[in-house]
Amino acid sequence: MSEETRLDNYAYWRANLRLLTICLTIWFIVSYGFGILLADVLNQFRIGGYPLGFWFAQQGSIYAFIILTFCYAWKMNRLDRQHDVHEE
Amino acid sequence: MDLQTLTYIVVGATFALYIGIAIWARAQSTGDFYVAGGNVNPIANAMATAADWMSAASFISMAGLIAFNGYGASVFLMGWTGGYVLLAMLLAPYLRKFGKYTVPEFIGERYYSDTARVIAVICLILASITYVIGQMKGIGVAFSRFLETDYDTGLYVGMAIVFFYAVLGGMKGITYTQIAQYVVLITAYTVPAIFISLHLTGNPLPQLGLGDRLLSDGTYVLDKLDQLLVDLGFNRYTTQVMGNDLNMFVYTLTLMIGTAGLPHVIMRFFTVRTVRDARLSAGWALVFIALLYTVAPAVGGMARLNLMDTIQTGPVGSPEGNLPYEQRPEWFKKWETTGLLKFEDKNGDGRIQYYNDKNPEFAKQAEQWGWKGSELKVDRDIMVLANPEIAGLPNWVIALVVAGGLAAALSTAAGLLLAIASAISHDILKGLVVRDMSERAELRASRIAMALTVLLAGYLGLNPPDFAAGTVAIAFGLAAASLFPALIMGIFFKHINREGAIWGMIAGMGVTLLYVFQHKGIMFIPGTAFLGDMPANWFFGISPNAFGAVGALVNFIVAFLVTKFTSPTPVHIQDLVDDIRVPKGSKSVVQGAH
Repeated sequence: MSEETRLDNYAYWRANLRLLTICLTIWFIVSYGFGILLADVLNQFRIGGYPLGFWFAQQGSIYAFIILTFCYAWKMNRLDRQHDVHEE
Repeated sequence: MDLQTLTYIVVGATFALYIGIAIWARAQSTGDFYVAGGNVNPIANAMATAADWMSAASFISMAGLIAFNGYGASVFLMGWTGGYVLLAMLLAPYLRKFGKYTVPEFIGERYYSDTARVIAVICLILASITYVIGQMKGIGVAFSRFLETDYDTGLYVGMAIVFFYAVLGGMKGITYTQIAQYVVLITAYTVPAIFISLHLTGNPLPQLGLGDRLLSDGTYVLDKLDQLLVDLGFNRYTTQVMGNDLNMFVYTLTLMIGTAGLPHVIMRFFTVRTVRDARLSAGWALVFIALLYTVAPAVGGMARLNLMDTIQTGPVGSPEGNLPYEQRPEWFKKWETTGLLKFEDKNGDGRIQYYNDKNPEFAKQAEQWGWKGSELKVDRDIMVLANPEIAGLPNWVIALVVAGGLAAALSTAAGLLLAIASAISHDILKGLVVRDMSERAELRASRIAMALTVLLAGYLGLNPPDFAAGTVAIAFGLAAASLFPALIMGIFFKHINREGAIWGMIAGMGVTLLYVFQHKGIMFIPGTAFLGDMPANWFFGISPNAFGAVGALVNFIVAFLVTKFTSPTPVHIQDLVDDIRVPKGSKSVVQGAH
């Protein structure tokens, strides 16, 4: 592996870690934050018949997980190309 | 047509379909057997992953857990879906790039150690075996209902089917069968849910129905449920916690990282063609899983409401407010024969009183009404299976649910057995004992390993240690405490070395097992629990099932400390880690797959 590739791969990895930090922070907030730690506070609000904290714990967090996973896949595919580390 | 015949036809048809697919796609090579040839379409793989993933516990037990634990059961919903985020972002793409057959193989190479590989195999087998017990219990319950026999007979029949199915199929057969099983199980799960939601709220989407108003009196479903439960001395549905907030937090974390660390799930991502496909496939898997997991809260909540409504027919406390035993509905009688629903007329009034007799304040009031304890025992596991009958749905729906429950249990059992068999044949036999084993011999060895595992799992299924989801939860604890940290450190922390990984895994698993065994008995043998299964003795109120995350933390700490005082990771291993971090240059596991 040339020194240039090595540096570029390193930059790619740093960008990946940055993206991971953002995604996992959101992952933590919607589930552990809204679904557990802040559930009592959020339960004062409602979506239809759902208390909000309960909704996050049993519905909302799951929807957020799906969106996160696809966003990550899409962003990473772009990042792969930018750093020329994509397959084929 | 009567229900019995209809159930036979529906279940028989699905079995014929699976067996047909298993024969059509049977394994010809070890590449087929371990990773389905390495060229599965990402969406097809996602569907198979979802079937593999959604076990008897998800299908049969989870809605029951939600029905009886309300908000507290959110740990299962978030835990068993949130883990896929970790899998998609932290593990699947890199392990796919690594491009081998098994999880212990990665650990063995990354930590340049056969010892590490063996420890990973032990972790894998312990986690998968405890998990399989849950599937066996699920099969027993579904069959005993379907054949209207006792639980043991049901289990024997189930074992015979799994035996044929797993030994013949290999990963290739399993993958394509699982796709069919996913379709069966998701249809079986959502159709009754839609009917029940329509019936109660007029809303066809169960996810919205649970937040909607009842057709009967215009109150919100959840408000009505809260009210009914509080009136009978139970906790409020929408706020009752499992243990305490800390326990819920740690439990959810354990299930999430356990999900990401379970070998039979990770293995599925070895079957796709590229790293890009692995990321995408994880996302689709989550979509397919979420279809069931967002419906489950509605099934649980509405089943509980239906059950309470059936029994509490009038105002709480009035002598005529409870259903007379003689007038019990048909489904009640049927489930009584299985022993999973029990009525005991404690106060001899011929009516069924069902309330929370563990609540001392409410007990005083109940006594004034002449109630002498709750008279109904409901096994949580029957909630999904009895649900269509409780809601008065047509017979074909009931037959479909039985087929769905069996599809869920069979697909997961097959995946787990494959993980165990490949660890024994590929990691132990081929990797350590007979390194020059021919492919044909390895294929035969893995089939024999699989057969033996079915027998062991069946034996343990006859003596189930806990209710189905509980057993499964312990498997998650083990995967979380041992495999997950070793995999994460293997990818994200280049400097973690052989000694660190080995002692980390031993410490993580040791702490978790010790904690589970001291409260639940050594290998769950009753009477060997040396600290007693009492919440008072739990560490900060964390239940044994939830302890895996603590074990994982111990694993990480030990690994970092040991690495500090031992020789650094060799350069060629550091290069290996650099290589798996970039997608470029990925090869299919199987030569000539694309």
